[in-house]
Amino acid sequence: MTLDLILFLVLSLIAVASALGMLLSRNAVYAALFLVLNFVTVAVFYLLLGAPFIAMAQITVYAGAIMVLFLFVIMLLGAESLPGISNWRKIWFPGMLAVILFIEAAYLLIVKARPAGDVLQPGDAVNTMDNLRQLGTSLFNDYLLPFEVVSILLLVAMVGAIILTKKEKGVR
Amino acid sequence: MVPINYYIILSAILFTIGVTGVLIRRNALIIFMSIELMLNAANLALVAFNSVLKSFSGQIFVFFVIAVAAAEVAVGLALIVEIFRTKNSIDVDQMSSLKG
Repeated sequence: MTLDLILFLVLSLIAVASALGMLLSRNAVYAALFLVLNFVTVAVFYLLLGAPFIAMAQITVYAGAIMVLFLFVIMLLGAESLPGISNWRKIWFPGMLAVILFIEAAYLLIVKARPAGDVLQPGDAVNTMDNLRQLGTSLFNDYLLPFEVVSILLLVAMVGAIILTKKEKGVR
Repeated sequence: MVPINYYIILSAILFTIGVTGVLIRRNALIIFMSIELMLNAANLALVAFNSVLKSFSGQIFVFFVIAVAAAEVAVGLALIVEIFRTKNSIDVDQMSSLKG
């Protein structure tokens, strides 16, 4: 068993445990913090897979911005404590659906698609600067139009969020 | 070195946990977090394939997915705040005003 595999197993254990903690937690703040832990673990996976830029973007955007927004809304609404899963008998059907989905996904991804090969070896670890340079070149040459569309999407989302939460004058 | 299959299985497990969260939890915030978890699982699979194929398209796609997730969270949380103001609850079972 190589060191790489041990690292992968430990990290995946943390990722799955934190995802389950998010799923089953009764406190919304704890759920958000479990999700932050999960995002950080996935960022480490990105580093292992030779994608340092994506790992850093994951930390700043997901674990930083998005989860802070979540925590802010949780505290704004005062919705920390949630009713847990009170009726365990009601969840057997969705639980069964989820298990079926997992089996289908595993079958399609592993048996039918048969992905071959190992991921990046630690020996030929990526050069961070090279990775960034190639990513930037590709982003601004081949994917320029999607990039601009995403910028418009972010603008529309910003305007939409402001319009939605703005109190109209004279209504209340 | 880790075979890519392990990463794909991990991604499938995380995605399934996210789907389960959407199906069994009734709190809109937790459902939203589960959706983020699903997006993340898909990103992990994309980066794993990208690492085997030694191309950059996968990473750029993940970059776009992260941007779209940020936009989605901004609008979704604004909607949740607005629903809470009107109904004083974010339980999705109580959002049944349009029910006949």
